[in-house]
Amino acid sequence: MSASSLSHHQFAALICTFTAPAIRKLALPAILLAATAPASAFCGFYVGKADASLFNEASKVVMVRDGDRTTINMLNDFQGDLKEFALVVPVPEVLKKEQVRTPHKVLFDRLDAYSAPRLAEYFDPDPCVPRLADRRMQMAPAAAPAGKSMAPEDSAKRLGVTIEAQYTVGAYDIVILGAKESDGLETWLTQSGYRIPPGASKALAPYIRQGMKFFVAKVNLEEQAKTGSNFLSPLAFSFKSEKFMLPIRLGMVNAKGPQDLVVWMLTPKGRVETTNYRTVKLPANMDIPAYIKTDTKQDFAAFYKTMFQTQAAREQYRVVFTEYFWDMSWCDPCAANPLSAQELRNLGVEWVKGDGGGNAARPFRGDGNARPVLVTRLHLRYTPETFPEDLMFQETGDRQNYQTRYVLRHAVKVAPDACPQAPAYLAQVAQRKEKEAQMLASLTGWDITQVRQSYGITARQADSWQRLFNIAP
Amino acid sequence: MKNSITHTAETIAHQGFRATTWPRTPFHALVRAAAWLKTCDARLYQIVFLAALLTIGVLARDFSLQWQQMALTFAAGLAAQTLWVRHLRLPHTGLLSALITCFGLSILLRADSWWVHPLVAVLAVSAKFTLRFNGKHLFNPANLGVILAITLLPGTWISPGQWGSDLAAALLFIALGSVVTQRARRVDTSWIFLATFLALAALRLWWIEVPPARIGTLVLHQLQNGALLLFAFFMLSDPMTTPNHPGARVFHAVAVALLAWAWQMLLYQPAGPVWALFLLVPLVPLLDHFFAGKRHTWQAVAPHAVTRAATPAVTHVPASIGQNRATPSGKIAA
Repeated sequence: MSASSLSHHQFAALICTFTAPAIRKLALPAILLAATAPASAFCGFYVGKADASLFNEASKVVMVRDGDRTTINMLNDFQGDLKEFALVVPVPEVLKKEQVRTPHKVLFDRLDAYSAPRLAEYFDPDPCVPRLADRRMQMAPAAAPAGKSMAPEDSAKRLGVTIEAQYTVGAYDIVILGAKESDGLETWLTQSGYRIPPGASKALAPYIRQGMKFFVAKVNLEEQAKTGSNFLSPLAFSFKSEKFMLPIRLGMVNAKGPQDLVVWMLTPKGRVETTNYRTVKLPANMDIPAYIKTDTKQDFAAFYKTMFQTQAAREQYRVVFTEYFWDMSWCDPCAANPLSAQELRNLGVEWVKGDGGGNAARPFRGDGNARPVLVTRLHLRYTPETFPEDLMFQETGDRQNYQTRYVLRHAVKVAPDACPQAPAYLAQVAQRKEKEAQMLASLTGWDITQVRQSYGITARQADSWQRLFNIAP
Repeated sequence: MKNSITHTAETIAHQGFRATTWPRTPFHALVRAAAWLKTCDARLYQIVFLAALLTIGVLARDFSLQWQQMALTFAAGLAAQTLWVRHLRLPHTGLLSALITCFGLSILLRADSWWVHPLVAVLAVSAKFTLRFNGKHLFNPANLGVILAITLLPGTWISPGQWGSDLAAALLFIALGSVVTQRARRVDTSWIFLATFLALAALRLWWIEVPPARIGTLVLHQLQNGALLLFAFFMLSDPMTTPNHPGARVFHAVAVALLAWAWQMLLYQPAGPVWALFLLVPLVPLLDHFFAGKRHTWQAVAPHAVTRAATPAVTHVPASIGQNRATPSGKIAA
């Protein structure tokens, strides 16, 4: 209920309501995986699939937290008329110009690719010709994408609104506002050309009462023109605050239907979880049918999207899902390279030193003595009813790695009479395929008959092994 | 129904369980079962309920708890209890309290290694025998264990949000907790703590001008927090580490609620209730000093022994627990 900042996407919702014609589209979490494989401890391969936005309504925030030092990076997916763009974020203090930056959007893409849910594949060895399987890797990258003048100062004073600071950073004109009461702030915003949704005043009041300031950004069209891009760059700001939270409520003022938020937490100590909602890990690390790799309809992107929706609905949109937690200095295997030390510093990770200079692109590998950079990727699908409070977080002491990884096992084609081992192998494959089909159906809610059909197995096949092993279907 | 349970319990206490007639209907069977339970040591309920909660948590709530951690917790905690009892040559009063401590630690504490849980279990149980004042141990063992772990040991944490805000789960907690606390005669503490904590939360929401219609929703969301209810009914209600005098207990519960609220809402730190109970430990001996009250003792004999012993000595206090056997001052009723 208190707020230190606002995720861009909560904001996006508010903005949408500000600007009726605006169309938002989302920078989608990349479910694509690449496979650079330091195939050491792991002998599967990553397979890339979906190359389109998976979660069209998802908003993205990268939050860096070290003690009470916090940096919030918000990626704006705003795609309407840039003149219409406005962002209002409650912040705990008056932010100076040095505290505000516009990091490059590619940082979000890099982090997204590094932490994306992944598909790994294994190839069965030929039971008749025991040997190491060939390894081949495939990779596919991930994808993703971004005025009016302020009201005069005299009216601001009259309305109890104080302009605490005013500056331009990158292509944004930024004003930091203090307000005495929400009606005045709402009036000021309205007079300044922002279309405030009904109810915004009520949503703003609690933040005012807690003494928070408002970070208001709009696009400086001249500066934006210089960039030659139609997309907005992310906005980032740093501050010190004991509050470890994201105020998602403001963005729900006019929300319709569930909204998605992906938050990457970069911390030095351990996994991050929410303290006022359940944080759960998605079902992962299980075998699913190999056709997922090539099927046109039920591909990995469709699988993950449906699986996420199924799990979110199963939890009644009341939980926060963990999609990834890993030490940034490595990965096993890597869906994409870790970010470089310079990239991490650009996101606000101040405790990473060196490693930049002449070799800025080198992936961050940590340093024995330095504190690590841990990435927690949280994904929530929420509604105003199921998430009545802002998100409160804590950094736990948990250092156990976790990734949403799904495994494909390719069977080898072998004739039943090819060798003495063949019949047993084929029986085992049939059993395994049925299990995989059932797992897929259970994770996604897809019709089991259809899954069996796509997988080229029949219920009869299943029946035979079920009879064999005396297992009920 | 409550009366019929009490009546049946008294009958059972007088005549023994087997002497009563066979129940005529399922309802009577339920009453009989409830009545029989009423004659048992409150800690048995607590153990059954904590076991149920732990099972629900592991199976349905995605607890990041490994069975090895649980097994080591119980092995270490029970061993520590046994060794201390032998070492101090105390009358063996059973392992119920140590079991409860182990359940509490399993439910609350998370660690990414195997050695944390058993170490904490040993420390928590040992504190019961060593950190004592005026014949009572100072710390709730599970509370102390959790605080020691998260402040001193690496790779540890507690998850206040792990229970979620499922309404059904909330009701379950309240129902189970009420039974235990009523049996232990400390239900006042739990409800007063909850009421104070939620009233403060509501007051703050009103103060920061949250629309009145939303205040109810938000307070309900807080009330549905499993961790809060678990704390109120299974940790704060521990009769051994709360003040003896009823009035002092109210004061203590209000103080814990105030500090817990301030910890979370003014300092913005998680796990307020657990910290508040720990930090207010000095308050208990102080309150005991100024407000004399009857010290709680757990029923020291096996439950079936009470039901069979229809002697005049227990006739007048058949179903209540704890009050019927005063432990000499300074003696450890672990």
